[in-house]
Amino acid sequence: MIKLALFILFLPLLSFALQIFFGRRFEDKKGEWVSIGIQFTTLILALIMFVMMLLKYDPNFSIEVQRPWLDLGLFKIDLGFYIDNITVIMLTVVAIISSLVHLYSTAYMAGDVRYSRYFGFLGLFTFSMNGIVLANSMFMIYMFWDLVGLSSYLLIGHWWEKDSAANAGKKAFLTNLVGDIGMFTGMLIIATVLGTFNFHQVAERIHDGVWAANAGMLFGGIAPHKLLTIAGILVFMGAVGKSAQFPLHVWLPDAMEGPTPVSALIHAATMVAAGVYLTVRIFPILTADAMATIALVGGFTAMYAATIAITQNDIKKVLAYSTVSQLGYMIMALGTGAYVAGFFHLVAHAMFKGALFLASGSVIHAMHHSLHELDDHETDPQDMRNMGGLRSKLPITFVVFLITSASISGIPFFSGFLSKDAILAGSWAYAAHVHEGWLAQMHLAWILPVFGFGAAAITAFYMFRLIFMTFYGEPKKPEIFKRIQESPRVMTIPLLVLALLSLFILFTLPSVNPFSNQGWLTALVHAPESAVTTGPAFQLEHFEHALHGAHLPAMITSLTVATLGILLAILMYLLNKVSPERLAAKMGAIYRGSFNKWYMDEFYINGIIRPFLRGCDALGRFDLEFYDHYLINGWGRNTKRTSRGIGMADDLIVDGAVNFSGIIFQWLGWTLKFIQTGKIQNYLIFVLIGAALLFVVNVF
Amino acid sequence: MDHLTSYLVLSAILFSLGLYAVVTRRNAVAMLMGVELILNATNINFIAFSKYVTHSLDGHLISIFVIMLAATEAAVALAIVLNLYNDRGHINLDEANSLKQ
Repeated sequence: MIKLALFILFLPLLSFALQIFFGRRFEDKKGEWVSIGIQFTTLILALIMFVMMLLKYDPNFSIEVQRPWLDLGLFKIDLGFYIDNITVIMLTVVAIISSLVHLYSTAYMAGDVRYSRYFGFLGLFTFSMNGIVLANSMFMIYMFWDLVGLSSYLLIGHWWEKDSAANAGKKAFLTNLVGDIGMFTGMLIIATVLGTFNFHQVAERIHDGVWAANAGMLFGGIAPHKLLTIAGILVFMGAVGKSAQFPLHVWLPDAMEGPTPVSALIHAATMVAAGVYLTVRIFPILTADAMATIALVGGFTAMYAATIAITQNDIKKVLAYSTVSQLGYMIMALGTGAYVAGFFHLVAHAMFKGALFLASGSVIHAMHHSLHELDDHETDPQDMRNMGGLRSKLPITFVVFLITSASISGIPFFSGFLSKDAILAGSWAYAAHVHEGWLAQMHLAWILPVFGFGAAAITAFYMFRLIFMTFYGEPKKPEIFKRIQESPRVMTIPLLVLALLSLFILFTLPSVNPFSNQGWLTALVHAPESAVTTGPAFQLEHFEHALHGAHLPAMITSLTVATLGILLAILMYLLNKVSPERLAAKMGAIYRGSFNKWYMDEFYINGIIRPFLRGCDALGRFDLEFYDHYLINGWGRNTKRTSRGIGMADDLIVDGAVNFSGIIFQWLGWTLKFIQTGKIQNYLIFVLIGAALLFVVNVF
Repeated sequence: MDHLTSYLVLSAILFSLGLYAVVTRRNAVAMLMGVELILNATNINFIAFSKYVTHSLDGHLISIFVIMLAATEAAVALAIVLNLYNDRGHINLDEANSLKQ
């Protein structure tokens, strides 16, 4: 298993190296197929692991290997793999999406300026993502965390000639860093108290009371439980950044500037789920308060992003906000303790959202081609207002869209229904029966199911709005419509595969009940017991008991709201009974708010970035005019003055002393030279006098 | 006046005469003759002390050394005087003062 994992991890890195160093030379010789071959090999290895897992069918299966990496005496950092069922499922998901995206990209990116580089970066991304999945410690996750951030940055900015793409890349990177700072601080707090980054050791030591014993002493007498809550929320900040949760969600919609297959792979299916994965890994150490915070963030994001998605006209923007919203669901699920449901939704979402993005890519590709033939560079190929009636021209894409939209909207017989239903049941159970955590204590817990069901209704509405605007009705631009063609097979096959993977049966086997999420996934993945012993913690047993009762009402409500959403979409966009324009006019402020993404970008620019830059400016001026002028230059001036004084003292005193002794000896020499008459007899007289003197001295 | 004292007086007179000659004579050769007188005064002292005080032959031996040295000194000094004469045409010591500063 470990060897397989090693291959799965490093093969994509090999693909990256090959494409970066030799890719350009083989661009016209089908060099990308090397990468695709590598990717599919990885997929096969991942599937082998997956089958091995199914054959074991052991929910408690886990292996861990680690090697020391940095040894600072008292403080050691080990790197290693932790492989359990979640890891294997994640590896499989990443491998499936990544290999399909590779295949799809050969057609979508054909003739691109940086074709081989693009495949190289896909390899780098896959490597880093596998690293996150396999990591056994927060430290290792953090390393790969920033590597996926880097590859995401590189791929968003793939067409960096466009300012918007370059800016989007920068925005993604910087926004993620805000989260990363929190995550790193949280990790350091944990490592300071417990002396390890390893997930298992952290949970174990917290369970054994090491945290309770050390935390207060190390952090100025803070209550250990409070510190654990803070640490948990700080680490979760990393997930807020990477999984685009409110308020750090702003980068994800902009990231749609990247090529559409990249949006499918990175910004829908895998990387953005890394935040959810991280939350899964730290789940046992979260306190009830931290979980309440996480649940609120997730629930609010789910609702908030959904309200934006309904008014967007760019097909990818709708999907982007939908992704933010769905990620909110997963985060909320983990916050409410619906661990399995959250992870289930991650996997199901990866499949149907990957398919949705690739399908939208297929539409954009077709639009682009048509526009290209018309030599039209003005019309936006991503704007749904330019589409309509594409159903007949793009039959395969349409079917895929229909299946996956049904899945994301929570319609029975599809995976999304099962996972979303489990999440909604979880939030219901949390609101009704859980009493730990500040949300429950402030009697606000019911806000979570409200957010959840609200978002579910809106999701169904905007997904079917998208379908009706794109595939139904009269073609808005007949000229363009005439030239639309279905995408080539390398694009449609990945679409169909992913659409197939959105069917319920693949997740519920060996059971075939479309209304119950019981299956291999729920059998193999179990929520871990909370390791928190310092105070109120998540009570697994209590929660699962509550979940049981919440299942049926949640399912009925979710079906009702989804139906309502779809019905409204049908009324507005298919039958045109209700005019969207008139409704928009009537809703006025709300419509404008949603259309402008609740002015979040403007808030950041005017509320944070501008004042920050102004502050920098002021500090810069202060630096120049006060610090430099008075302190640095002033110091210089003073030094100069002092030096001049010291120089003068040198001249006068030190040199004076030297010269004075010189002068004395000059004078002495001048005086004594007169004794030297050169007359030998004078000298003899001196000798005589000297001898006489000695005689006198000796005798007397 | 015993024997030793008379020798010492003779030696002192001889030394004084020699010293006087060395200090006062303008002529280099005359000055050298003064030096010889001084040396011989010491010789008399050596021999006198040797005979009356230590009763040994040490003083005699040293006297022979001194005579020998005096001969060497005379040879060297006369050579210098000769050169001085060749150079200047006189041997007046008052005028041979070019070593002064």
